This record gives sequence, structure tokens and C-alpha cells, in this order.
Amino acid sequence: MKKKIKILIAKPGLDGHDRGAKVVARGLRDAGFEVIYTGLHQTPEMIVNTAIQEDVDMIGISILSGAHMTIFPEVLRLLKEKGATDIHVFGGGIIPDEDKEKLYQMGVGKLFDPGTKISEIVEYINNYFKDKL
Amino acid sequence: MTEKEREELEKEYHLWEEKLKDFPQCSLPLFNTISNIPLKIVYTPLDIKDFDYLRDLGFPGEYPFTRGIRYTMYRGRIWTMRQFSGFGTAEDTNKRFKFLLAHGETGLSVAFDYPTLLGKDSDDPMAKGEVGVCGVAVSSLRDMEILFDGIPLDQVSTSMTINGPAAIIWAFYLITAEKQGVPFYKLRGTIQNDILKEYIAQKSYIFPPEPSLRIIVDIMEFASKEVPQWNTISISGYHIREAGSTAVQELAFTLMDGFTYVEEGIKRGLDVDTFAPRLSFFFNSHLDFFEEIAKFRAARRIWAREMKNRYGAKKKESLLLRFHTQTAGCSLTAQQPENNIIRTAYEALAAVLGGTQSLHTNSMDEAWALPSEKAVLIALRTQQILAYETGVVNVIDPLGGSYYVEYLTNKLEEEAYRYFEKIEKLGGMVQAIKAGFPQREIAEAAYRYQKELEEKKRIIVGVNEFVLEDEKLEIPLLRIDPEVERRQVERLQKLRKERDNIICEKRLKELKMAAKSNENLMYPILECARAYCTLGEITNALKEVFGEYKEEAFF
Amino acid sequence: MTISEYLKKFEEKDIRALSKIITIVEEGLEGSEEILEYISKKAGNAYRIGFTGPQGSGKSTLIAKLTKRLLKRIKEIGIIACDPSSPFSRGALLGDRIRMNELFLEKEVFIRSMATRGSLNGLAYKTKEVADILDAFGKEVIIIETIGASQVDVEISNLVDTTVVVFVPESGDGIQILKAGLTEIGDIFVINKSDRMGADVLYYELKNLIEMSYQNSKWKPPVVLTQAINNQGIEELEKFIFEHYNYLKENNLLQEKRKEMLKRELASNFEQEILKIYWQDERIRKKFDEIFLEILNKKISFSEGVKKLLKEVKND
Repeated sequence: MKKKIKILIAKPGLDGHDRGAKVVARGLRDAGFEVIYTGLHQTPEMIVNTAIQEDVDMIGISILSGAHMTIFPEVLRLLKEKGATDIHVFGGGIIPDEDKEKLYQMGVGKLFDPGTKISEIVEYINNYFKDKL
Repeated sequence: MTEKEREELEKEYHLWEEKLKDFPQCSLPLFNTISNIPLKIVYTPLDIKDFDYLRDLGFPGEYPFTRGIRYTMYRGRIWTMRQFSGFGTAEDTNKRFKFLLAHGETGLSVAFDYPTLLGKDSDDPMAKGEVGVCGVAVSSLRDMEILFDGIPLDQVSTSMTINGPAAIIWAFYLITAEKQGVPFYKLRGTIQNDILKEYIAQKSYIFPPEPSLRIIVDIMEFASKEVPQWNTISISGYHIREAGSTAVQELAFTLMDGFTYVEEGIKRGLDVDTFAPRLSFFFNSHLDFFEEIAKFRAARRIWAREMKNRYGAKKKESLLLRFHTQTAGCSLTAQQPENNIIRTAYEALAAVLGGTQSLHTNSMDEAWALPSEKAVLIALRTQQILAYETGVVNVIDPLGGSYYVEYLTNKLEEEAYRYFEKIEKLGGMVQAIKAGFPQREIAEAAYRYQKELEEKKRIIVGVNEFVLEDEKLEIPLLRIDPEVERRQVERLQKLRKERDNIICEKRLKELKMAAKSNENLMYPILECARAYCTLGEITNALKEVFGEYKEEAFF
Repeated sequence: MTISEYLKKFEEKDIRALSKIITIVEEGLEGSEEILEYISKKAGNAYRIGFTGPQGSGKSTLIAKLTKRLLKRIKEIGIIACDPSSPFSRGALLGDRIRMNELFLEKEVFIRSMATRGSLNGLAYKTKEVADILDAFGKEVIIIETIGASQVDVEISNLVDTTVVVFVPESGDGIQILKAGLTEIGDIFVINKSDRMGADVLYYELKNLIEMSYQNSKWKPPVVLTQAINNQGIEELEKFIFEHYNYLKENNLLQEKRKEMLKRELASNFEQEILKIYWQDERIRKKFDEIFLEILNKKISFSEGVKKLLKEVKND
């Protein structure tokens, strides 16, 4: 059993709003996880490359610019292409419920709304790994 | 108050304070401002001991302008109702502009999509999925012409939220006016053009600080000669606040950015009175009602004082802090979105009691999507009801003289000056930004606020209290047609075929030469715009000379 | 996947396998011994460069710019970036990669962030092992970055062939640097952010210090002025790195250094194993607690207590 859960917090696309991503990254660190944050303007390819090199357990994507229906599917596709589908993808930001449903169908994990508490995200991550055992 | 009266008051106050112990107070939520300024339970004349009406407040329209920058304020002219709008193609947004104007909006405000904000054309590989999604896509002069089709530019004032490529987008607007037959000197409006806050908060920068500042001063210089009614910078605190800062930080960093631009103008050899009257501001109006009002008043007083004493401005217009306000986007909730109408109403009231010149009210659905027609209409009505039904426009600075508000105004000013000192010690705002100082302060405040929420030291209705389990969203949401991207790309490709590419090449080369020298870049940029060079082409030409800025993330 | 399956993919240069193997070893999971066995036979070819210096000196940016240059002649590069774990939550925010964005799409560059997880020498516990793994994978150059929190992250010099110490003009004067022991471990000194005030002064102070300390040495550490963010001085830095590499090679010092490293590693592992044995002994732990209480209650003195414990251990 691994000692440490590693999470990549990613800001894809051109969106520059990183308040949420940074608060979550810091909150997850304070909850005992090892968090990788790679800054703004990441392409799906950069995100997946980083995720694989760092062997993260999960990728948390923060997206508020409305480009989620392009970004999430592309990340999933690249993970599949590189044989890394065991890396779990979740996210948060501004995503209407209809789109959330579509993304859940594609295999994306939980999508958190604005106002989510950090403790909820921590619980989600811990529960996910408990089930994995 | 005489000394004797004061002593008497102090005695009585302490006696009263003793009695408070018999009445328990709740420990949660916190009774300090959202910025964590501790508050007493009541304020008295003792809290503004050295109050001097003429020195601290003055009269409306006169130094230090604490009560308002105009003699008659809203009795002379109601604030401009200017709703930030933009999505999809230029045609889509043109329709929304006309809708809002027909319903009583009095000024236009353009929201551009992300590719445009970063100087990228709609067919740039990084633009995939982002075209027209959170603003209107403008890749060329042609898009700008369509955007303002049927809207006479000598009859409206237009604010454009654009920063990195501000000079280019402004050039598109100027030439659009030219083609409508409107001379530059008749144009009224604002470009945000505040690059410093991009590095601090909004992050839609393109070039590094030094060339960006050069372009800004070029714009200031050009405007003072050719477009005298145009506000060349909207020095912004809104985004700084949205990134999580406190009201004090918003106040301090915004003003410090402003001072930096003034210094840059003076360094260029410009007379401060030629450009300062056209500097304007943009603040956030957040939920802590009185703190916001105090913030606006403090801002006016500080700016007037520094412009007069430190920068030697002689014209009254140079001392006026004119500002636009937007209600706080970060205060909107995804849960029970109808509640946002109320939040926005309170925030709008604070902005008006604070003396704003122009106001945007958020729509209730903005934690989910761009505003639907129904939601934006309610937001506009919020302002109209405020202006015409509540009577708050009848009297200028109605809260002036309130012991609490005057205390808070003084306190915010004091705290702001503390930040000014710190930043000066770091070598000024540009150095402070490079060292990550404002960014770290903001990240710290954002994190602290989140902790407070999770510990229920602060309550947000519907989010951490009064929650509805299994809520179902029941408001209509605006959806952007994915066809938008395809149409934009098609239009761009058509444009590139139809224009004179030889002239385009030539103009871009001339621009690069000018960038390498000391020439004012507005002139070559206007030439590029006239030749229908695209936004991306012009930006890339400048990138070749100036390089690109890469940020360091500060937590 | 079984360990041998992972190793097979590893040999086929599969990135995912490399990454997984690093995790197994870093976490000490089942199979790490088998992996380390395999690795020890293959590692030893890579040239290792260490970067240390105070926090905020720009090590990550320097490494990124240097790597970009190196890629012109080196095919395979590995980077290990260490960041501190929070002593309270034991979590970590690994952010060195932010400054290395431009390398994310380079196929030949593998970047791994490692949290210190309680280690106090500026590096993660398993940094050496991970470097060995990258070495065995075929990386020609491996760059290791310390967390750089304190001035005294000197352990790095035991892990690498060339140690680069990075300062900024605000790093203090020559005396402080001398006190920190950094002049002893640096093979190359860099003053980054050299556009800031004080760069020239620090430059001359460092040069003088080096003159004095290295009078009779064959290798006199050079001092390089850089502005990593503007790509200035990187060419010079690269040049000195290769000079140092050649110096080591020509004087057979590469082998010497690696012998030293191996010896030190052996000793350290041996110590750790001994400690483990004794700490895992129930009897000894009980005795320890007893003696602790005796000292606490002033029944015996501190040194008596230590002697008593030692006797207990010797009786084993």
C-alpha cells in the first residue's frame, strides 16, 4: 500500500483564473497529499505527460472558461493512448449539470461546483482509495 | 467637541461598555469585516477624534473629493448603467448590445473571449474549444465592424475589457469609427489596458512588464493628442479582489498600480496634467456593505492627495478618481442562484452609496454560465430600481458623518499606506510583482477566507448554511453554439484570402521595426489594422520583438 | 503487472514503466529490492549534476534553461526536483515543474518531483535510488535539485559529480557563504538574477574567497553571472559544466567520486539496517522506556542511563 497519494492539479487552456486551483492545491497539501501544480496554460498533452512522469493517482482539472467539453475528453483520450487509464480524472469549476452528465458518461470522476469545501474533496479522494483496496 | 465634552463622553462610554458584559455575544460568525478588520460593537465621536470636516471630507466636487467627485453627482447625471457583455460571434454580441440599449442601458461594455484576450486568432491551435465561449471573438477589424454594426460610435461610450492586446483591439475600434465617418476626437470610452494587475491577478498578460508599460504610455500619449475623450486605462482592483484579496489589498494594490502608471508617464516626459485626467478606475463591490463604501471614499481621498502633493498635478481633473464598479462575481453562488439577485442588489447599493460613476450588476446565473437574456434584464432592472425608486440618489454621500463609516474610511486609508510603504521598500510595484509580493498576499488571503468558510466563521447562505439538499437547477442557461468556432475560423480564412496580403506583410514588418525603436506604436498598429492584419498576426509580430511573459506561481 | 513485466517494459524504454518503478522504489513497496538489484547492475554511466542554493535563487528556472541548451547535444536527460514536505500535515506542494513548462513536451526529458518526507538534508530519502533508476534507463545526464531551504544543503555533493551552487545578490556577503560551508562543496558558483543590485559586489567577494580557498587546487570553481529568466549566462554555465566534466574525467576523479559515493552509501545503509534491528527489538525498546523514566525521575544520571542501555545491547 502506497504511503502517499499524489494528485496533479491542472489549469488547462487559456483560462487564467487560478484562485480555486491554488486554494485546492494548498488545501490538499494540508490534508497530507502530495500535490503537483504546474501553472497556467497547460495543454492536455502537457497535463498527461506530467501525470505519467510523476505517476500521480489522480488529476484534478480546474476549468472555468467553458472549454470543458473539449479539454476533459482530450485528456481522457490521451490517457488511453498512453496506457494510463488507471489515473483517475476529476475536476471543478463552472460546468452546467447537463455537461456534467455527459462527462460522467465518458468516465470523468466527480465534478465539483463552486462553493465546494476542501474537506469534501479530501473525503472524495480518501473514499476513492479506500474502495480501491 | 470641547475637551471637557470629550472627557464626559469617554466616561459615559466606558460605563456603557461595562454593562455589555451582562449581554452575551455570539462567537461565530466573526464580527470583523471580510478583510478581517476588527470592529467594535458601536462607533461614537470618540472613534474619529481628529475629524476635520474640510480637511477630511470637503464638499462634493472639491478637494479631497471624499464625498464625491462631482458637484451634483447623481442629481446631475445618474451613473452609467454599463453591463459587461459578449459571447459567440460579433453578430451575437451585436444583438445583445442592441437588446440592452433598448432596455435602458446607457453605456456599452465589451467582453472578449479568451483567445482574443491573449492576442490569439480564433483559428489558433490553443483556441480550440474556447472561441466565443466566455466573450465575443474578435480576430480582425472586420469582426469589430460587425460588432458595432448599426451602433453609431459618436453616440455611445464603449468600455472594452482588454489588456495584453489593448492597443490592437483599440485600433480596430478606432478604424471602425473612422469607417462610420466618426472622427477620433468624438469618441468616448475606456480600454482596461491595466497590465500590472494582469501579472498580479487576472493573468491575461502577453509581453513582459517593461515593453507592456511602454505600450501603455504610447497609448496615453496618442490619446492625449488624438482621442482626448478616451479613458486610456481602467486601473483595476476588481480582479485583484476576485482573486481573493481583502478590501485593503484591493485598495492598496490598485492605487499603487495607478501611481506606477503616472510615474511611467512622467518618465516619458509627459506633463502629468495631460494624461492624468484620462486615467480611470475599476473597483469591485463585495458583500461587506460598509467596508466597500469606506473603501471607495478612501480611494478618492488618497488619489487626490497623492496626485496633488506627490505628482504635482495642477488641474482639478487630474485629481479625480473616476471609477466603474462591478458587483463581486466571486460572491455569487452556484447553489440557489436566485439568491444572487439579492446579493447583487446589496452590492450595487454599496457602490452607489460609495459614489461610483458607472456600474455593472452581475446576473444570477453567472456561477453557471454567461448571463441569459432574462437574467441580464433583472440585473439591469436592479440598477434602475436603485436609481429611480429608492431615493438614494437624492443626497450626495448620505453616509458621510457616520461615526462607523468615517472610522472605517480612515482605517482603510491607514492600512493602504502601510502597504504603500512595504511596496516602496521592495523597489516599487514592478519589483514587488517580480518578487511575488502582491500575489502571495492575495493567495494567503484567499486561503484564509476559504478556511474561515469551512470553519463556519463566515456564512454563505445556501452554501455552508441554509443548504437545500438535492437541489435541482431550475433557471435557463445560456449555451454557446459550437458552430461559433467553425464560423469564426471560416470567416478568418476568407478574410486572409480576400485582403491584400502584400500590404499586410509590409505593415507587420514596419511594426516590428517601430517596436525595436522608440516610436509610438499606436501609429503602425493602426496601419496594420487598416490593412486587415489579424489580431494574432499583429500580436505575434510584437512577440517576436518583446518576448513572452511566463509567470511564477505564488501560493 | 509483475516486477519482471515492469522491468521488461523498462528495458524497452517505456516511460510509464520507468515512472511506476520509481514509485515502487520511492515508496519501498514490494519488489523494490528486486528492482534495485537489477538497477545496480546497469547504473553508473550517467553524468550527475546537482543544483543547490537558497530558496528563491531560481534553481528551477536555471535547470530548465540549461536543459533546453543541453538538448542540442545530449539525447536523454532526467531531472529530479525536491520540495519540502510539510512537517505538520506531511503533505507537499511540488511546484518546481512550474518553471520547467517548456520541457513538458520534450520526449527526451523526464522530470520527477520528490517530496522530502521528513528527510532533513534538502533531498528526498530515495533521491540516489531514483537517480540510479534514471541512469539505468539510459539517461545520459541527470540533474538533481535540492529544496534549498537552508544554506546548508551540502549532502547533494555526495550524490553528484558536479555541484552547482546558486546564489542571488541578496544571498548575503562572502562571510556568510563561507560559514555555511558552501564554498567547500561547490564546483561551480552561479549568481542568478544578476541584474539586481549587489551582483557585482557578490561576484568579486566570491572570486576572492575562491582564490584564497582553492589556491593549490587543480580545479578553481568559476563564478557565473546569470539571468535565467532572460536566458542570459546559460551558455557560459554549460561551458563550465562541460569543463568540470572533462576535468573529472582526465584526472580519473569520476571513478574516485563514485567509489566514495558507493562507500558512503554502503556505510549509511549498514547503519540504517543496524538501527532498524535494534529499534525493532521489543526487549530493547522496553528497556529504553524504562531507562528513560529512570532518568526523568532522577533515579540515575543521563550518562549512567546511556551506559546502561549500551550494556543491554552488548549483552545481545
